Amino acid sequence: MILSQKHLLGLKGMPRQDIDLILNHAVSFKEILERPIKKVPTLRGKTIVNLFFENSTRTRISFELAEKRLSGDTINFSANTSSMKKGETLRDTARNIEAMRIEIIVVRHPAVGVPYFLAQCTKATIINAGDGTNEHPSQALLDIFTLKEKFKELKDLRVVIIGDILHSRVARSNIWGLKTMGARVAVCGPSTLLPLEMKEFGVDVYTDLNRAIADADVLYILRLQMERQNSGLLPSLREYRERFGINKQRLKKVKPSLVILHPGPINRGLELSSEVADGEFSLILDQVTNGVAVRMAILYLLGGGDVESSGV
Amino acid sequence: MLNHQESETILIKDGLIIDPKNNLNKKQDLMIEKGIIKLLQDKVADHLVFDKVINARDKVVCPGFIDMHVHLREPGREDEETIQSGALAAAQGGFTAVACMPNTQPVIDQASLVEFVYKQSQNAAANVYPIAAITKGQAGKELTEMNELISFGAVGFSDDGRPVEDARILRHALEYSKMFDRPVISHCEDICLTNQGVMNEGKISVLLGLKGIPRISEEIIVDRDIRIAEYVRARIHIAHVSTGGAVRIIRAAKDRGVRVTCETAPHYFTLTEELIKDTYNTNAKMYPPLRTRGDIEEIKQGLADGTIDAIATDHAPHALEEKDCEFEQAANGILGLETALALSLEALVNSQELDLPELIEKITLNPAKILNIDYGEIKVGCAANLTVFDPKAEWVYKKENIVSLSCNTPYLGRPLQGRALYTVRRNKIFTARLN
Repeated sequence: MILSQKHLLGLKGMPRQDIDLILNHAVSFKEILERPIKKVPTLRGKTIVNLFFENSTRTRISFELAEKRLSGDTINFSANTSSMKKGETLRDTARNIEAMRIEIIVVRHPAVGVPYFLAQCTKATIINAGDGTNEHPSQALLDIFTLKEKFKELKDLRVVIIGDILHSRVARSNIWGLKTMGARVAVCGPSTLLPLEMKEFGVDVYTDLNRAIADADVLYILRLQMERQNSGLLPSLREYRERFGINKQRLKKVKPSLVILHPGPINRGLELSSEVADGEFSLILDQVTNGVAVRMAILYLLGGGDVESSGV
Repeated sequence: MLNHQESETILIKDGLIIDPKNNLNKKQDLMIEKGIIKLLQDKVADHLVFDKVINARDKVVCPGFIDMHVHLREPGREDEETIQSGALAAAQGGFTAVACMPNTQPVIDQASLVEFVYKQSQNAAANVYPIAAITKGQAGKELTEMNELISFGAVGFSDDGRPVEDARILRHALEYSKMFDRPVISHCEDICLTNQGVMNEGKISVLLGLKGIPRISEEIIVDRDIRIAEYVRARIHIAHVSTGGAVRIIRAAKDRGVRVTCETAPHYFTLTEELIKDTYNTNAKMYPPLRTRGDIEEIKQGLADGTIDAIATDHAPHALEEKDCEFEQAANGILGLETALALSLEALVNSQELDLPELIEKITLNPAKILNIDYGEIKVGCAANLTVFDPKAEWVYKKENIVSLSCNTPYLGRPLQGRALYTVRRNKIFTARLN
């Protein structure tokens, strides 16, 4: 079985079989990560560049670790040291990287559509590690993987995504992916950060947190960017915490099987109280662990590694 | 290099002569002598000899097209377009005249620069009329010297590319312009509402996560500017109308007698935001942004009922690298001169929103009236200023055939119907390249 596409640009329109394939492989890779020797030779001789035009710690480390576990040669390229500052166009950057015979480009960029653009102008395989406010597919895949571990089946699972939906690529990728998996998705947040058009994508829209979470199986809490307050979208962080923050009090009447996800890094005491973040419902650290396994699966499937040598 | 051929006597034979002003819509022969229309009759005698005969059987002969909104990029970005190359692209599209916007580098805001535009347009393939800025440097603070600019040949005023943000400055510009019969042309945009948006705000912007430009960003300023013009009893022209709401605001203003005119561009009645969807097509990026099917319908309705007076292209050449990049970084605007006729015929005439004379009126008589410039009336004794086009010619717009120096257009590869063949300005005949 192979993926139907050469790149991972987003989960919008990605067929169910592809998602299942990645998730199934991630199970095997997760098992490898529990072994004393966590390395397999799958991507030996392949070169991967992590092209990060935007700050990231978690995602970059997770990708890098996945690449190293697969024995790929990795190069990191971040915005601060990039030639972009010298006025080079994105196409030139991409073509130069390609000229160095790099097989896979993992890219994060503040502009929407950059992974698509790179896929058009280079022969390398492109993995989207977050493009502006569009998509963050590897994040959503690791979230879905984490939910599958817990619930086995996602069909009719009720997932509520809470926070700044408007500016969230994590929300978008999760909406597309979760809907493909048959989950029922709702979004909840302040109306300045909640595009009404979301309804047209088959998502329930709430501004009342208590109503939104009443019969939820999963609360997906988004990180609130502090700058939203300055741009007039929110009166204060305090008011956000009061109306949309998740704390123990809020969770009194929820299902006992409820789980809480967060893509990190957490603003403790704002969108999520420490008690809940570290509490019984939280799968936040599982997400991080699973992230490496899921990214290994993605790299493996897109990197054309052969099954024999992967040790799977 | 001369773009045209000069002939003392010209016969245009068997063409369908359409002139909305003189109510002509009839097959006739037309004879030009020394640049003046000499004869207009059913058949010019066979024994007469002419320097040049244009066989216009099954073709339309009408007053020269006028594009009242183009960007020719000179001075400043001669790599993208020059006054000469833009005029050539205009002639190729059937235009005998264009009015060029002043948002060049430097901004056309003083007489010497207006003079420069005229100087650069010597022997060009089309007449080039400069529009000067409303405010110095288009900075929105101080009015330009309109009186002097007009005396050097400016035909209108616009800060196109950006709005006059300060309503008081616009008020004064409109008041001051009342001393002249020259339009103030408003680029309607509330910068705060646009807020660095890059496409129409709506379903697709949400789907893609691209920052949206709400339609109210345009409509609120259309309304504001019309109300200011109404209050000071000045006339105003609204550039590039793109939303149904703007059409309704203008219609209501016209109904109550405000002296407002407006234009739209072919892309606002042929394309929608859908074009951005799967490919982040930077040639679908412009201001105002492409809207929705519903807007297209209202724009067409506005053209049909006379709310929208003119079709202008907003021809906006851009260098390759300004479009071959991230969507958010890409420059706004597309080419327009070479495709306007075919697109208008397809979307408006073939679909019977307008008849042919009505379309011609919107690219000839109406822009001439708005700018108060020469109109190529088809009448014996008048100077010849004509376009000959084949409304049925089928062709495909290809990159290698683009006459403009730039190639930023979303219409490449599109089968088109209707093509200009000749333009005549007095004794000068321009023959379009047909390949």
